[in-house]
Amino acid sequence: MLKTVVKRLAAGVVLSVGLAGAASAAECIAPANPGGGWDFTCRTIGKIMYDIGAVDEPIQVTNMAGGGGGLAFAHVVNERNTDEDLIVAASSATATRLAQNKYGGATYKDVRFLGAIGADPGVIVVAADAPYQSLTDLLDAVKADPTSVTFAGGSAVGGYDHLKVLMALGRAGFDDIRAVKYIGLDGGGDAITQAIGGHVQAVTGDMSEVVGFLKSGDVRVLAVFTDDRIPGFDDIPTAKEQGIDVVAVNWRGLYVPKGISEEAYQKWSDALAAVGKSDEWKAAMEANGLAPFFKVGPEFEGWLAGVIEEIAQLSRDIGVIQ
Amino acid sequence: METLSLLADGFSVALTPSNLFLAVVGCILGTVIGALPGLGPSNGVAILIPLAFSLGLDATAALVLMTAVYYGAMYGGRISSILLNIPGDEPALMTTLDGYPMAKAGRASDALVLSGVASFVGAFLATIGLILLAPMLARIAFLFGPAEYFALYLLAFSTLGGIASNNQAKAAIAACIGLGISMIGLDNNTGIARLTMGELHLMDGVDFLVAIVGLFAVTEVFVFIESHGKNSALGVKLGKITIPVKDILRCKWTMLRSTFIGFIAGVLPGAGASLGSFMAYSAEKSLVRDNSQFGKGDVRGVAAPEAGNNAAAGGALVPMLTLGVPGSGTTAVLLALLMTLNITPGPTLFTDRPDVVWGLIASLLIANVVLLLLNVPMVRLFVHILSVPPWVLLPGVTMISFVGIFSLSGSTFDLLLMIGFGAMGFFLRKLDVPTVPIILGILLGNNMEDSLRRAMVISGGEWTYLFSSGIAIGLWVAAVLGFVAPMFLRGKIRKPQAITD
Repeated sequence: MLKTVVKRLAAGVVLSVGLAGAASAAECIAPANPGGGWDFTCRTIGKIMYDIGAVDEPIQVTNMAGGGGGLAFAHVVNERNTDEDLIVAASSATATRLAQNKYGGATYKDVRFLGAIGADPGVIVVAADAPYQSLTDLLDAVKADPTSVTFAGGSAVGGYDHLKVLMALGRAGFDDIRAVKYIGLDGGGDAITQAIGGHVQAVTGDMSEVVGFLKSGDVRVLAVFTDDRIPGFDDIPTAKEQGIDVVAVNWRGLYVPKGISEEAYQKWSDALAAVGKSDEWKAAMEANGLAPFFKVGPEFEGWLAGVIEEIAQLSRDIGVIQ
Repeated sequence: METLSLLADGFSVALTPSNLFLAVVGCILGTVIGALPGLGPSNGVAILIPLAFSLGLDATAALVLMTAVYYGAMYGGRISSILLNIPGDEPALMTTLDGYPMAKAGRASDALVLSGVASFVGAFLATIGLILLAPMLARIAFLFGPAEYFALYLLAFSTLGGIASNNQAKAAIAACIGLGISMIGLDNNTGIARLTMGELHLMDGVDFLVAIVGLFAVTEVFVFIESHGKNSALGVKLGKITIPVKDILRCKWTMLRSTFIGFIAGVLPGAGASLGSFMAYSAEKSLVRDNSQFGKGDVRGVAAPEAGNNAAAGGALVPMLTLGVPGSGTTAVLLALLMTLNITPGPTLFTDRPDVVWGLIASLLIANVVLLLLNVPMVRLFVHILSVPPWVLLPGVTMISFVGIFSLSGSTFDLLLMIGFGAMGFFLRKLDVPTVPIILGILLGNNMEDSLRRAMVISGGEWTYLFSSGIAIGLWVAAVLGFVAPMFLRGKIRKPQAITD
């Protein structure tokens, strides 16, 4: 047993030295420190791409944290614009920050988005002892008196968690969105703690953040922002069923530099699509609380442009951007 | 009884030879990482996560390695605090206050052994607390809303004046500088960039490790250059290496009190290890009858923050495991590790995956014992660092600082920022302004501001919300007392003296 560990240790060293030397291997930039969602995207998608033979060599993962992904974005646009061996992890946070001009003037048109192959569905949650039984109950309470409900979420004011609430309220016919009370905490778990403690009335977050609390019976999920109910959580109604037409998910995907050839773009979208359809990816999604969400290539680019436009408009309305 | 059998199961998982080997490796790596300025527990664990993956370790083995690194770094941070007056990481900050004066007085080895024992007591009791009380303690987190957190931070700042300096006004100025620096970066409540001057690197704010290494390590180099090495603070006398049994016994109540305070601070998700060591130190200073030696090498001033910060490290695992809410930067990284191992911490973890929980707890206990056994004999080795002449040691420290900070973000901007902090520290030292409150301002400023602003959003700007619960009122009373009392008692206790260092 001891020997195997030593052997593995040696293998690990050899492996990393080997990787550093192989200049031709493709690279995936995770614009954050190890352990987060972007890091997961790079490591998992990169590994499966190689395992199923969509690429010839293992994909090397580089972590480049800073500016909420802005540093990596600027690096790709300014220094790697024609690098055909480069993919970068992205999510709805990337889109939100681009829409809100958080990347120092760069826009989503400065790179090419490749696609998304999984998503963490958005949810609205209340404590188990809260009086609200449906999303309509909660939204009606906000409409009647906006000061009576405080929403908490794991992203800053103007972040995606905040915007999801505003989209839902907008569809329900409530326009005074600046009156909606929202506090941004350090993560979804933090937000749920505040709701269970009675400090706030509702939580806006992602499905993966609430699963544990749902099982323990501490919270009730009022609605999930997907087209269809999530497999495994069939008793949770979608917002659409309740007459609130909002689809808001935290998608996991990739972008590539803008200056690469059409063939290279096609090659990468094929590889991503192959990963999305693989059994390995299905297992990884299940283990990480992701729901199916598959949009690759030009279809994704078109969909994303619409999403970014809506976020930009909402952000102007609440004054996060001018 | 059930707990004991579960714990036995945990040990049977964690106590395989290969896991024990990993624990020893992790403890040594962690101690080194903790002792190096700029590398703290959180980036130490973060750097080693890819290693755990490339070794193909299973969940238990990965956890054993990472918790050993985590606790090792918490132990290791004190070494450079005591020997070089440069905190290895942020929770070890308070240990410089009495640990370094002790080392200068020729008691470096005593300080190291004592702090090692205090670390052990804090971490060990906190792990026991975690075993017995975790599900129940998780409920404490529900009681703390924005109003309560704001009062808690206020309490920390109001006791600051008497801590790091004999001149309360200068300590207050230093705290304000720190609070000002903490405002740099994205405003969490509006998403607007503040004081970044359009610089992308400042969007995430100033990393406190950059500030710590700049204000302590780089400043030390500047002072050395100015004095041509003659007057440098380094070059501490070596003493005989014995186990200071008398001092350890003298500190037994200090350790227990500090463990309790640190553990509670760790359990509150918004507080963390730094607040734990800080509160433990200030509580100890105000509780003991004769506190005239604090800041000059009082053994209790060494034991309190070390027991406090290691207890907080154990306490921080409570909300992480039971709520999925990390109580500190390092537990945030450990949480990420668990998630990548397909383990989702939360209220059902203890029932869903008892093997993981009890394996983790068993590995914590193992890491603790290994660390104590490693640390006491290793003191001899550490102390010999001091016999290295400053003109060799200081460039070495500088180099390690640069590498450590560069490894944080891979950006040269942080290096320039660090040098800037070094220059600032040099001038502040000339003005006798203490730098510890600056770091605390940077560490706690954002959290305090966020709490206040969240409270104001919830209440619609009604300030009475800040006093809306018994806990909040209690903390406010303690804060006001903590600020006012030293002013009246000062004449009775001692006269203000100049800073000797």
